[in-house]
Amino acid sequence: MRLEPVANPSIARSLGFPAAALLLSVVVASGLVLLAGANPFATLGLILKGAVGSKFAALETLNRATPLIFTGLAVAVAFRAKLWNIGAEAQFYIGALMTVVFGTSALGLPGPQPLVVMGFAAIVGGAVMLLGPVILKTRFGVDEVVTTLLLNFIVLLFISLLLEGPLKDPMGMGWPKSPRLDPDARLPRIVTGLRLHWGFALALICAGAVWVIEKRTTLGYEIRAVGQNPRAARFAGIPVNFVLVKTALLSGGLAALAGFSEVAGLKGSLTLDLSPGFGYTGIIVAMLALLHPVGVVVSAIFVAGIFVGADSMSRAANVPTYIADILLATALLLMVFAILLTRYRIVKG
Amino acid sequence: MTNKTEAQDIVLRLNGITKTFGDLIANDAISFDLRRGEVIALLGENGAGKTTLMNILFGHYTADAGTIEAFGTALPAGATGAALKAGLGMVHQHFALVNNLTVQDNIVLGTAPLWSLGIGRKAARTRIKQLSDDFGLSVDPNAKVGSLSVGERQRVEILKALYRDARILILDEPTAVLTPQESDALFDTLQKAVQLGLSVIFISHKLHEVMAISDRVIVLRHGKIVGQASTSDTSAHDLAELMVGQEIVKPVPSDASPGETLFSMHGVFAHPKGQRTGVRNINLDLRAGQILGLAGVSGNGQGVLADLLSGQTVPDRGDMRLGGQGVSSWSPRAALAADIGRIPEDRHTTGSIAEFSLTENVILERYRDPEISKAGWMRWSAAESLAKDVIDRFDVRCPGPDARIRLLSGGNMQKLILGRALEGGPRIILANQPVRGLDIGAVTYVQNRLIAARDAGAAILLISEDLDEILSLADVIRVMSDGRLSPEFARGSITPIELGKWMAGEGFDHAA
Repeated sequence: MRLEPVANPSIARSLGFPAAALLLSVVVASGLVLLAGANPFATLGLILKGAVGSKFAALETLNRATPLIFTGLAVAVAFRAKLWNIGAEAQFYIGALMTVVFGTSALGLPGPQPLVVMGFAAIVGGAVMLLGPVILKTRFGVDEVVTTLLLNFIVLLFISLLLEGPLKDPMGMGWPKSPRLDPDARLPRIVTGLRLHWGFALALICAGAVWVIEKRTTLGYEIRAVGQNPRAARFAGIPVNFVLVKTALLSGGLAALAGFSEVAGLKGSLTLDLSPGFGYTGIIVAMLALLHPVGVVVSAIFVAGIFVGADSMSRAANVPTYIADILLATALLLMVFAILLTRYRIVKG
Repeated sequence: MTNKTEAQDIVLRLNGITKTFGDLIANDAISFDLRRGEVIALLGENGAGKTTLMNILFGHYTADAGTIEAFGTALPAGATGAALKAGLGMVHQHFALVNNLTVQDNIVLGTAPLWSLGIGRKAARTRIKQLSDDFGLSVDPNAKVGSLSVGERQRVEILKALYRDARILILDEPTAVLTPQESDALFDTLQKAVQLGLSVIFISHKLHEVMAISDRVIVLRHGKIVGQASTSDTSAHDLAELMVGQEIVKPVPSDASPGETLFSMHGVFAHPKGQRTGVRNINLDLRAGQILGLAGVSGNGQGVLADLLSGQTVPDRGDMRLGGQGVSSWSPRAALAADIGRIPEDRHTTGSIAEFSLTENVILERYRDPEISKAGWMRWSAAESLAKDVIDRFDVRCPGPDARIRLLSGGNMQKLILGRALEGGPRIILANQPVRGLDIGAVTYVQNRLIAARDAGAAILLISEDLDEILSLADVIRVMSDGRLSPEFARGSITPIELGKWMAGEGFDHAA
């Protein structure tokens, strides 16, 4: 057996195999649900109902998808340049930190200006977080997978230090949490009374912006060239290292906006459990989307739906929520294989 | 000689080997016999099916039809390793050696289980010594392969095959990386092997070598055997026509009329990180309307010189001048701005981006030009019309500008890169191995384009390992060896043998 490249994959091929991969991952998860002693169809029905079964559920899914869109975009942009940013988690927390720092200092600016300052500060913070690893990579060849991954732990401990010390909420009854944002520093709800906030709209705008950057700008062209073949890019006069730095700023900034949106739109303060791994899940989101920015929106909503649905299913059917993690993990593995099959055909001999 | 002894003499028999890839017939009913003590030359252009045939022989591909017999027993189809066991040894064009192991370890690697490596070392050494003496393959068994020259590495590869008791040696383009003198030493080894009863299949497209060492020539074209002859009954010219299938018209440049010096180097030293050989004390002039041919065995600093001219690296010492002006800041972009058209050595890894379309590849060097992008926004329609223009003018056969470049054949890919480099009418051209691996049609096309550019007044640096190409194209010839540059020789004033001496490093002590 060997692989033969398919010159022009048909649409049926490009969509059929990924769809089959998703279906197959559901089958695998069903088997585990059976082992847990529940009915797979009922369980899957409950997940579906919990994810999109009501207006409330659907909005909750979109709420959960919002940070995933940001981190998914951050990862997609970086991976496009073969810059392996595993540190979206750290950039997320730095974004949240900057949001809290600027959002609790009573800036006294009129209208939405405090939010602009906070968002901008978050972007700068996240961008700087990725700048260090990239400079180490371009200057000394230090593997960014290692540096960005380890920074996740360093940043989390640093946040922990701040929450036990200077950033500790005096009204927090001893809990390690930051003070709440000023009232004028909150992202408003899109529809009054429902939990969906403007962070979701911002995420969609960012996805569109990333799409335009990749398709229409010289930066997008440079990022793709550097990712596909840095040697040819360098030979052709593309400043490879500078492109990597620009990619890092974009990627780090996007991941930090996830933190901004979670704090300013949803939680209102910074805690150590602000992210249930949004940075890492962003990698799954980006890979499922084949790094396409519009695909990131779709896959983020899909992944968020599974998490939200699994939460509500778990309450009703007494199956652990781990089933969501397994579902996503198998979906990702099978998707990688399916992507191979869209581009290659297996030939005997 | 009776029929019976003749049959016993046959060591390898290929019978009706056929292999197709989709619509392409790579091998079409190929049959031939190899006798004991015989050297067969397998001659053919790139894509004629030589490599496919060898891959079938060694079990990497399964033939659609046909059988292979070695020493009277059939080889199972598609079983890698069967050929090795049956006594076939292959010396690939690209060596399969481990650089940080010694010669001995490389030779022994894979022949003994790992845990017994230490025990048989002494016996192995004696055996290697014996083989070295018998076949005239002198190489130090304790040396690290990484420190060896290309010729020595090839000897290790041959020793590897002999150590595994190969009775049939197959050499794929063995002289491509050797100086003429090293090639002669290789031929001596092959002579010795034949005297000891081994048989040799020699894959090449260099006619004079084929004439010199083979007993029989088999010519392949489009997967078929189109001619077979005893070497003594044929001529290089006949073979060439058989190989190409038509009369060969070699490009013959008219005499050059060199003008002013457009680019020069004075006392340049450079040794970029990661390069084995740097360049030392380079003095070089590129003149308008002249092709400077740079000969030399690969890895002797030509790459560094090309990198200097193309802006990939900067001199450690010495200065470079563009039209008399000193060069201050130097980069690929500066080189492009200075009107240097660049054809890189490796069209796959350096010259193009495989997953990019033809359009995206064409604009790689000039996507920041105002026609192609404005204030950071791409103008894709302008890019596409530029690509169409290059495709038309440089005869690139392709499905269209949106096709991915990896789908193109080597020749068409090179034409696109040539078009990208020449389309703006550059004043200086770096052509680094511009025709390596192309078929004769594409070779002629690329060479004629370079001659036309020269006639239009461009200064050209042509780097090539192929002496024939240098001798036929270059107006002045220089040789690079171990990072040093020989004096200039006018076309026709130097013989290949003399060039070979320079390539091997002789003469530099007096000249440098």
